Amino acid sequence: MSFDIGDGIDSAVNYILDNFSPALDLVAASIGFVTDGLQNGLLAIPMPVGIAVFALLALWRVSFGFAVFAGLSLALVGQMGLWAAMMETLSLVIASTAIAMIVGLPLGVAMARRDSVAAIIRPALDLMQTMPAFVYLIPAAMFFGLGAVPGTIATVIFSMPPVVRLTNLGIRQVDVEFVEAGNAFGCTPTQLLLKVQLPNAMPSIMAGINQTIMLSLSMVVIASMIGAGGLGNTVLTGIQRLDVGTGFEGGLAVVILAVILDRLTQSLGSKGARLRLPFLKFGLRQPEAKAA
Amino acid sequence: MAFTTEHENGTADGSTKIKLKDVYKIFGEHTEDALGLLRAGKSKADIHRKTGCSIGVNGATFDIKAGEIFVIMGLSGSGKSTLLRLLNRLIEPTAGSIEIDGQDITKMSRKALIELRRRDISMVFQSFALLPNRNVLNNAAFGLEVAGVGELERKEKAMAALKAVGLEGYSESRPDELSGGMKQRVGLARALASEPSILLMDEAFSALDPLIRTEMQDELVRLQAEHSRTIVFVSHDLDEAMRIGDRICIMQNGNVVQVGTPDEIVGNPANDYIRSFFRNVDVSQVFKAGDVARKNQITIIERQGVSAAAALEQMKSRDREFAIIVGRDMKYHGMVSQASLMEKIRSKAEDPYRKAFLADATPIAANEQLSGVLGQVAASAWPVPVVDEEHRYVGAISKSALLETLDRAN
Repeated sequence: MSFDIGDGIDSAVNYILDNFSPALDLVAASIGFVTDGLQNGLLAIPMPVGIAVFALLALWRVSFGFAVFAGLSLALVGQMGLWAAMMETLSLVIASTAIAMIVGLPLGVAMARRDSVAAIIRPALDLMQTMPAFVYLIPAAMFFGLGAVPGTIATVIFSMPPVVRLTNLGIRQVDVEFVEAGNAFGCTPTQLLLKVQLPNAMPSIMAGINQTIMLSLSMVVIASMIGAGGLGNTVLTGIQRLDVGTGFEGGLAVVILAVILDRLTQSLGSKGARLRLPFLKFGLRQPEAKAA
Repeated sequence: MAFTTEHENGTADGSTKIKLKDVYKIFGEHTEDALGLLRAGKSKADIHRKTGCSIGVNGATFDIKAGEIFVIMGLSGSGKSTLLRLLNRLIEPTAGSIEIDGQDITKMSRKALIELRRRDISMVFQSFALLPNRNVLNNAAFGLEVAGVGELERKEKAMAALKAVGLEGYSESRPDELSGGMKQRVGLARALASEPSILLMDEAFSALDPLIRTEMQDELVRLQAEHSRTIVFVSHDLDEAMRIGDRICIMQNGNVVQVGTPDEIVGNPANDYIRSFFRNVDVSQVFKAGDVARKNQITIIERQGVSAAAALEQMKSRDREFAIIVGRDMKYHGMVSQASLMEKIRSKAEDPYRKAFLADATPIAANEQLSGVLGQVAASAWPVPVVDEEHRYVGAISKSALLETLDRAN
């Protein structure tokens, strides 16, 4: 007796299509609502305002130098005429990262809590990460047609593993004494998670979110093959026409967006103290004054 | 207060607070098999080979009294920290019962256990375990916050606890801005904030440098004097155990080898393992004058019944240079030498005993620290008499007995 895995997958996909199309439509509609809303919202922002917002964020979270870089490089994107495409890509990245977090964080928490759950989820994550990204495009397109929705879903699948893995890792790496202290003072499991484990796993979780954003950015370009739009389209056009210039412009805009998102999200994880600087100083000054 | 001993001075009222009976902790998969083998008297190596289990605590049975500082001592790997964690079930015991105020906590539901931890037992950790994302006040208020105490009340209580440890000025600081000693004060404040009746301290001062450690030990003793709690203190440091402990439990390879007061343990160690701890301990800090005083070195003469001449005869026949003169009630009257007594008898003095008393034979109190009387004993030409708080004769310390005691440590 022989069987064909490819045939099996095909018939499974067909079965889902035949029997669950209302559910699929609902998923498509809700994701479409989010991505469309985001896209329209971002596109409604005038370019100079958008650039200013990014530059200010960079100034607040990173440094003056990086703010200058962000402003200039985004102006360059605008100069290349790719601002709207970049906003489309950004909306896809935001939507897919948000979904990846909504699904991925609880999965990561569940993995950290139970070894048995971790044992089941870990190989699934391996599969999701190592499977060539193009493969997700086919069922995504079959289930949800062409456009931003299947693009978002394929991106979520491809980019979710880091946030799951690093949430799990972060919680497991919380100092044993912190967990013991939480338990010793009478935490319920939920209190332990919210008051002890998650706050102390934050740097790791933020690193996971950063990785997820980076992966989704690389995936939205591929997702443009099923009509996800954005900067991926520019790159795709360059490939199809063998137009090096257009391809390079699209690629450069992706890199600029990637660098800015990377630095901004990294700052959320590791440089939290920047935000609290004034309070810190205040807290230090107080005892000094009393001692004097 | 010079004549009360430390233990009477302490706040232990003697009632049992925590009662451990046959408590075992076995780590591994087949704990039931291992427990059977252990009870059948198999060695730990055997059990590990057969079941892969290791023994954390091997049949601990003892009581901890309300209001005492009970020190669990042992080398690393002796099971002391495991034993401590069994008391609030951070580690689940494999077998046995642990009663707190008469209630067996090993049979408690999860919910009741959480209630117990919130209300009655708190803990202080070796590396402080202050949550880095909270400021000092919110760290101190952690237990109360978890217990659902309202914000205003818990901040008030946490502030009071910080005040008790002298850190009220640092409530807004972050843990990483504090020194080690200050961090552990916050750890102590956090444990005290919920006003528990039991405090578990796991090598709480081991990570501190020696000066700060001594300071913290004094602080703990002071806090204990202000408000008596049952404190179970794990330590690997015998000096620390002697310093703060009302009683000490010594553990070796998971076994409780001896439970007793510091004097009992130093004076009568159960085995060589315990003796080996004392090599670095200054015994003169542990022993009191009464512990070293011996009665068999000097003739004791009851003043009322024995004439001076008969007393002198007795001393001569026993070849004793000195005699202690006591009343019927063993109250110390004075000390005479053969020479002084003989002289007064020859000169036919009235009340020869009183005249013959050696002028500088001042008795020392039995509960005085041995370290405080070393000089007096060394400088005295005769054994120094020791009396108890009612001025009854306890014995005398000779130079040779003193040297022997000091030498025993090494």
